[in-house]
Amino acid sequence: MSGAPTLALDGVGVRYGGVAALHGVALAIERGHVLGLIGPNGAGKTTLVNAVTGLASLASGTVALEGRRIDGMQPHRIARAGVARTYQNIRLFGALDVAANLAAGAFARPGRPAEADMRRALERAGIPDANLRARAGALPYGDQRRLEIARALAAEPSVVMLDEPAAGMNPSETTRLVETIRAIAASGIAVLLIEHDMPLVRAACDSVVVLNFGEVIARGTPGEVARDPVVVEAYLGSGAEALA
Amino acid sequence: MNLLADFYAKHSRLIDQIGINAILALSLSVSLQAGQLALAQAAFMGIAAYVSTILALNAHWPLLATIVAAVLASTAVAAILAYPVRRLRGVFLAIATIGFGEIVRVFANNLSITGGAEGISGIPNDATTPVIYGALALVALVLFGLSRTKFALAVALVREDEYAARGVGVDVGAVRTAALALGGAIAGLGGALYAHASFFITPTDFGFPRMESILVWCVVGGVTSPVGAVLGAALLSVLPEAIRFLADYREVTNGIILLAVILFAPGGLASLWQRRGAAAAAAAARTA
Repeated sequence: MSGAPTLALDGVGVRYGGVAALHGVALAIERGHVLGLIGPNGAGKTTLVNAVTGLASLASGTVALEGRRIDGMQPHRIARAGVARTYQNIRLFGALDVAANLAAGAFARPGRPAEADMRRALERAGIPDANLRARAGALPYGDQRRLEIARALAAEPSVVMLDEPAAGMNPSETTRLVETIRAIAASGIAVLLIEHDMPLVRAACDSVVVLNFGEVIARGTPGEVARDPVVVEAYLGSGAEALA
Repeated sequence: MNLLADFYAKHSRLIDQIGINAILALSLSVSLQAGQLALAQAAFMGIAAYVSTILALNAHWPLLATIVAAVLASTAVAAILAYPVRRLRGVFLAIATIGFGEIVRVFANNLSITGGAEGISGIPNDATTPVIYGALALVALVLFGLSRTKFALAVALVREDEYAARGVGVDVGAVRTAALALGGAIAGLGGALYAHASFFITPTDFGFPRMESILVWCVVGGVTSPVGAVLGAALLSVLPEAIRFLADYREVTNGIILLAVILFAPGGLASLWQRRGAAAAAAAARTA
């Protein structure tokens, strides 16, 4: 094992025209840990995911995966290097069946995944009974979210970035999602969790980074961050009691 | 046996046409399966037809050698064309590739080596029925072989969602280029055979109406189904012959059939039996 973190961002800046969407962002995630990324709408959370996956190009800074620079690489190469993600708005291959979506997840791996591998990915994502022959777009909403997670896991990545996985889920589904996320991390994957749902962030994350206007304004354990007056003012506002 | 021989003697030209048209339909279905509405098939076909004709008449190459050279030429042109259109999608890609087809036609119309508007005549008629159907079988075999590879998965992912395809590690640019080049190769094969099954070729053989016919065959058959594409080509090649008075209104009937398919069976012929299959599965699920 090298000393480098699984995923490390250093001084990352992204500009859209004259707007600095991200500025000087540094963070690191280790395997087995869940890092929460929170911040108000437009704070740059999804931009950060896009910067890591190569969909947004960096104006400054570096992104390294296990000590190897991946910034500047093409998106498909970054995916092959071991970075998997889910999308804020679900992006399954809706017309294809569940099996094809899982095979897609494993695209960068040699050969085609066996049915047992697919079952394992579905199990880890919390939908063990999903029909492999069902059309992905026809699954219930919550199952589609979990199938996206299963697709990401099928890649056997080092890093998984979950972009608002609880969006549209009810409270009991969200509670189950915490177990799923903790189990993913426990299997030796570094997890970056973007989420608005504060109880979920508290329950699932080992540490939290708070973004506002593209900059990191606080970091620490979920409890520390919740008590940070800067965070309360910038982001939580009247919702602060949700964390307390 | 005599009956069969009589039938063949009477309809051999139509039978050959069906085979060639099926190859052309398959060539377009390859790029449609990758979600690319690239409509330069008639141009690839024309390039290959002229290359194989010129090599046969001027250089006296044997049939197989002229076909191989023609296919290489159309493949290369298709692969090169993929670069300038790499950022174009949907209808914009369609317009650009139709424009490319017009460029090719205008060149053929004005170059002396292509015989200008009069074209080239006296082409040896050596693309016989077994040659044509052997070529069709080869194309079908290659496509079937590819359908079980990761390339086919990548093609489907690019068709469904390019963005998400990138996210799982698919090199979208390479897949698009490969799909266009493979389509160009198959169209080139069809074009070379077309030349060697005709006595003469002219630039209008490879213009927009030809492209439109190929597109209609694919739409009628079902845009993402190679089997449907072949069926569509066969059906629409036979129809004007079977119903004689339709032959003079080929373009009109093409248009009406296209409309009918889009309105009543948007997935084409292929979707009709898939729909039956799905209905049967649903019925089975209800009773279970």
